[in-house]
Amino acid sequence: MEPFRTLTSLAAPLDRANVDTDQIIPKQFLKRIERTGYGEFLFFDWRQTPEGELVPEFVLNDPRYKGAQILIAGKNFACGSSREHAAWALSNFGFRVVIAPSFADIFFSNAGKNGIVLVRLSEEQVNTLMNNAKTIANYQLTVSLENQTVTDSKGFSATFEIDPFRKFCLIEGLDDIGLTLRHEADLDAFEAKHNQAGWLKAK
Amino acid sequence: MSSEPKTLFEKVWEQHVVVEPKGEPAVLYIDLQLLHEVTSPQAFEGLRLAGRKVRRPDRCIATVDHNVPTTIAGRLNIVDQIAAKQISTLRKNCADFGIELYDVDSPDQGVVHIIGPELGLTKPGMTIVCGDSHTATHGAFGALAFGMGTSEVEHVLATQTLPQSKPRTYRITVEGELSRGVTAKDIILAIIGQIGTDGATGCVIEYAGSAIRALSMEGRMTVCNMSIEAGARAGMIAPDEVTYAYLKGRRFSPKGAAWIEAVAEWSKLPTDPGAKFDRELVIDASELVPFVSWGTSPGMVAPITAAVPDPAAAPTEQERKGLERALEYMNLKAGTPLQEVMIDRVFIGSCTNGRIEDMRAAAHIAAGYKVSTHVSAMVVPGSQAVKAQAEAEGLDRIFREAGFEWREPGCSMCLAMNPDVLQPGERCASTSNRNFEGRQGRGGRTHLVSPEMAAAAAIAGHFVDVRTWEVKQ
Repeated sequence: MEPFRTLTSLAAPLDRANVDTDQIIPKQFLKRIERTGYGEFLFFDWRQTPEGELVPEFVLNDPRYKGAQILIAGKNFACGSSREHAAWALSNFGFRVVIAPSFADIFFSNAGKNGIVLVRLSEEQVNTLMNNAKTIANYQLTVSLENQTVTDSKGFSATFEIDPFRKFCLIEGLDDIGLTLRHEADLDAFEAKHNQAGWLKAK
Repeated sequence: MSSEPKTLFEKVWEQHVVVEPKGEPAVLYIDLQLLHEVTSPQAFEGLRLAGRKVRRPDRCIATVDHNVPTTIAGRLNIVDQIAAKQISTLRKNCADFGIELYDVDSPDQGVVHIIGPELGLTKPGMTIVCGDSHTATHGAFGALAFGMGTSEVEHVLATQTLPQSKPRTYRITVEGELSRGVTAKDIILAIIGQIGTDGATGCVIEYAGSAIRALSMEGRMTVCNMSIEAGARAGMIAPDEVTYAYLKGRRFSPKGAAWIEAVAEWSKLPTDPGAKFDRELVIDASELVPFVSWGTSPGMVAPITAAVPDPAAAPTEQERKGLERALEYMNLKAGTPLQEVMIDRVFIGSCTNGRIEDMRAAAHIAAGYKVSTHVSAMVVPGSQAVKAQAEAEGLDRIFREAGFEWREPGCSMCLAMNPDVLQPGERCASTSNRNFEGRQGRGGRTHLVSPEMAAAAAIAGHFVDVRTWEVKQ
């Protein structure tokens, strides 16, 4: 997982609430057995007509936002299915940060595992950024994970909350399984005792 | 030792915390992982790359459900080569890592959330995970069960644990008696409509109250299944005599003295009187009616007696735009009575409503009638066991005689990863769980309903209030 400290980038405004993971990556792309190569399928049904032509009004097809690594979205972003393919698609497309008033729980975990920083700001702050990204040419945001801030060059400045352990893992780019295995002795002891609980046996 | 009164969730949680390092999420022990073809291949590949083993293959089972065709011919020769490869990859992974697989030709194959309970794998007090958001289904037994992504699938395979921040608790009490024709599906659709698709984000819901206790295990599973549609991490229902009666004698249920010991332990799980929840909601069951979703989010539901809502009444600009967009996608006009909405397709099945009781309920409505000439309707039993039971009861004959297709088990048109797909513009009455844009096929329009409502709509050709249905047999 790629470590994250600070990023300054174009910000793309996706002005919709309750964007679900079926939209982020439609089901036909979940049949693949690879972990990479999902970027071209991101928001597939919104980016392309059924005939395969680009939908010009869709934000990610707008040349103004080409290369954006920050996505601004409405509340409850990435609700629905648990498909980690949604995080892979965002990441493969080039997004490192999503800013929204709230995120769905499972996506929140999945994003963390893929080095995507999720920034929760108030509805009002997100609306400000959304409007700025729509109306100001070449609108850039700086997200500092170390300082937990979002700033622009026009005077916008906000701080955001993040769980300290999640922050540490994102900054260091740490592998979760390795972290858990630090507790292997505790796990062995727990499991030996837990195995005695017959009512909790799977089979 | 005296202690604070605890919730069902807290009891299960505390029995599974391996270690809680300061400033870090708790490491939670997982009793059972369910695997399927779609969200597991990258997890097994991750294990191989890191040279890791599956820590407890005996605490895992796998089946094929998402991709598999639901016709016998389709299953014998899967035309979609990418889907076929995903299925054969699961076979290889299960063989390499020693995991029991209920393959496409197994009498135990079925939708993963249907076979877990059927086989007695799902039991009260367990922690259960799966790379699928509808894992909350298993919470109907008083298990803590939740969906997760593929990195977490790999984590559980390698360590049999998952780091988890402790969720908040939310009790939803449904009191009173349901009217005839109002089902578990209507309870959960009403809840999601009321609290919204992010109403329970960060929470584990406990469903309580006399209306929940009066439900069968099948009905309880339907309610817990759609917890994710309210944003919840999980949904749970306290185990009771109904739970034990369902579990007794199942293949992986405890037997003899172990059964007696298990029931004694399970009986300690229900929430103690006086235990505190972070949030509470009370719903009057007697006021509930059959619900139909009209939009592109499971929170967009209305009573069958209502009309398509008017976006102009939305409180905010963003919500108004969202509603307008939903109505445009659904090709519906504000003010249209829901009972006048004509349909093209019907899908009865899925982990939400693919159990034997759902088959019986739909057959009860369909018996002696014919599917409308402009409707194509299919029934997809949730598992081979459901299919066999339904056939033993003659339900397949009732469906076939009425003009429904009777298919082989799988997720099918709930998410349309297999060949069961809506065509652009087609409108479907579906017993599944999500009505997102394109969920059942690009351009397809999904209305979520109960099995009874779906069967009645198939026959009438439009939505009807099933409370007024004349049952023929």
